[in-house]
Amino acid sequence: MSWFWYASPQTFYPLAGRMAPWFAGAALLLAVGGLYVGLFVAPTDAQQGEVYRVIYIHVPAAWMSMFIYVVMAGWAALGLAFNTRLSGMMASALAPTGALFTFIALWTGSLWGRPTWGTYWVWDARLTSELILLFLYLGFIALQAAIYDPRRADRAGALLAIVGAVNIPIIHYSVVWWNTLHQGASVSVTRAPTMAAQMLTGMLLMALAFWMYTIAVTLVRVRCIIREREG
Amino acid sequence: MSDYAFYLWGSYSVTFLLLFLEIFFLLKRKRETKA
Repeated sequence: MSWFWYASPQTFYPLAGRMAPWFAGAALLLAVGGLYVGLFVAPTDAQQGEVYRVIYIHVPAAWMSMFIYVVMAGWAALGLAFNTRLSGMMASALAPTGALFTFIALWTGSLWGRPTWGTYWVWDARLTSELILLFLYLGFIALQAAIYDPRRADRAGALLAIVGAVNIPIIHYSVVWWNTLHQGASVSVTRAPTMAAQMLTGMLLMALAFWMYTIAVTLVRVRCIIREREG
Repeated sequence: MSDYAFYLWGSYSVTFLLLFLEIFFLLKRKRETKA
């Protein structure tokens, strides 16, 4: 069977309905495992004490905020290039969850920063570019809501999403390019992690849980959008 | 733990409250679109 079979909203709708519960179940199991390892198994940090445990939601939420934007911009670009209806629907379905994880990353980072840095907020490059990401998500949602015709809303939103994608490498490399209060990456694909194995395990489990959660809610939301637009 | 309880539980509680609210409003939207 061709994968293009599922490019149509009508054929994707039942597939999304079948997949969503599995991803929701996986998210729940991974979150229980991640919270158990993060809160009960991982040791206390020698320098930061117990407050470091904020990273088990802060870091996965920050990763998801950027990853969701890249996927959203990818769907938007596909929609512009091939004029496919499902692409715009997927971009619309991803935006609220992306905005939510961006807010969570900012909120938890702020609550971690107060006891660690001595301040809730500082206008350094990492924090400011993440705040701009939140505004990009909110701008995308507001722009789509302001245009009555869904296909025109998809095209306008797609342009904003694609232009805004330039902010993602800026967020990622901000701690390299500028002298920021925010520390550099502790986890990288090119070198060994700089944290204890149990800490890394808890963080990766929570990242996978947030990923599965995102897929589940996006599939449910895109089904709502398909029903709203196509009856 | 008590020194940092506000910051730690302030992070976890708001995160899970927001995720719960997203699921609640999404299921509400699902019910409305099916009606």
